[in-house]
Amino acid sequence: MNTEKKIKTLIVKKPLKLDCGKTIKDFPIAYETYGSLNSKKDNAILVFHALTGDQFVTGINPITNKEGWWSYAVGPDKAIDTKKYFVICSNVIGGCMGSYGPSHKNSDQKIFGTNFPVITINDMVNAQYNLLDHFGIDKLFSITGGSMGGMQVLQFISNFPDKSKTVIPIATTSSHSAQNIAFNELGRQAITADSNWKDGNYTSKETNPGKGLAVARMAAHITYLSKKGLQEKFGRKLQEREDLKFGFDADFQIESYLRYQGSVFVDRFDANSYLYITRAMDYFDLAKQFNGNLSEAFTNTKAKFFIISFTSDWLYPTQENKDIVIALNSIGADVGFVEIVSDKGHDSFLLDVPDFLNALKNFLDKSYEEN
Amino acid sequence: MKNEFRVIADLIEKDKKVLDVGCADGTLMKFLKQNKNINIRGLEISKEKVQECIAKGLTVIEGNAEKDLKQFPDKSFDYVVLSQTLQAFLNPELVLDELLRVGKKAIVTIPNFGYWKVRFHLLFKGTMPITKTLPDEWYNTPNLHMCTIKDFFHFVKSKDIKIFKSLALNNLNTSIISKGNLGVKNLFADLGIFLIEK
Repeated sequence: MNTEKKIKTLIVKKPLKLDCGKTIKDFPIAYETYGSLNSKKDNAILVFHALTGDQFVTGINPITNKEGWWSYAVGPDKAIDTKKYFVICSNVIGGCMGSYGPSHKNSDQKIFGTNFPVITINDMVNAQYNLLDHFGIDKLFSITGGSMGGMQVLQFISNFPDKSKTVIPIATTSSHSAQNIAFNELGRQAITADSNWKDGNYTSKETNPGKGLAVARMAAHITYLSKKGLQEKFGRKLQEREDLKFGFDADFQIESYLRYQGSVFVDRFDANSYLYITRAMDYFDLAKQFNGNLSEAFTNTKAKFFIISFTSDWLYPTQENKDIVIALNSIGADVGFVEIVSDKGHDSFLLDVPDFLNALKNFLDKSYEEN
Repeated sequence: MKNEFRVIADLIEKDKKVLDVGCADGTLMKFLKQNKNINIRGLEISKEKVQECIAKGLTVIEGNAEKDLKQFPDKSFDYVVLSQTLQAFLNPELVLDELLRVGKKAIVTIPNFGYWKVRFHLLFKGTMPITKTLPDEWYNTPNLHMCTIKDFFHFVKSKDIKIFKSLALNNLNTSIISKGNLGVKNLFADLGIFLIEK
């Protein structure tokens, strides 16, 4: 089976006006579903993926042949139980797993590259909203996602206040901080400094800016882990050698680990998509859309919110998650919040963290019972 | 469910919006939600207790009443409940002010340090009192500002806080505290329950 056949695609005919001013139409959104939609169509959960995620949430990703990015949380009998819920996830526009993005061709049959319009988190969720019509779902049971997925959750419920019963933003922020932007800029500079990048006009896999993209991934990966987690996992352990080699090979296990993370990432991700998606994250400032008052983003929704942060997450720390809780409380919204103890850093939401998975499961299942 | 919670629940009418500050495992919240159709929220500092509340399907915010009450708008709840926790805060006066700002009314319960068993313990044993409502040793008790029913009664009066109802609890017995019987109730109740408003 070729790649195209493994990816389900919805062609959105309706024109979508982007924040940058351009309008796109007849564009593809690649999606995947798990579980089945019940007859009342009230058991659907829309999952939003993070920066480097895709629509293949759980099970084996047919393109990479690796486990889906949220396999710990989504599946039969898991926190997001696919025996009970119908899970939908789509690749964001700007991405590289089948949705409309910079590796697609324009009307002249030329690859867009950096001629693809700059997209925002708002554009991403407006595009994904079309999936509700596609499946005939009037109201989702829940929307959830971590990191950039959480940003999409917040934007979605702000744009479509009565389209989800419950809302679960995880390890996220309502506005990208200077530090967040700085790390993303580091990644983008690594890509654009690679001579193969050629202003985004690289054409084949062999001549792509893989080295730059790998460095971007390595730098970002450090931000997903905690100092304690890194120390415990790697410390100063050496990589398949008895002693230091007095050179610049990977002497330490942590070096080897990062190099490996960089190299496998290059095989599955497009450098231009990395530029576009990090830009969308940097532009995200939900409060700014409402004249600086974040509460205003949520005044029209009656949804039940549950916000989760992690103690060792320094990329989207607890306080930034709590700011969302505060904004919701100040308008009397139905909001719960918990900070989970974990040494696994920002990546905690993707990993086997039982307190997190239990909280997620309990919140969903109890809320569904009350339906 | 303990008698204290039944008495608190009786003070709250149906269909109201209530915040339970220091809601612990959510026992009172669950009762109010199921039996009185209360729109109930909890604030709890312990992560484990927060998880227990979530497992019961209750809306709870992990947080510290001394810092986190300020995010709630004025009079955004019909009732704010604080059960046997006031004495454990660094600044109980500030917390009380916040309860009365956030809630139209507040229900505050206090373990009574004037209870005869407490007095008896200190008088005859000469060690810090340990009773059913004060189970901890002096070195590990969370209680920083113990008071008696009489202390609390005078305190709220001095702050121009209106007392709608004050009840004395001794095991399963509930009785009304008045100015006239304050001394007696202060001796024979191990718990005081106050419905107040500012």
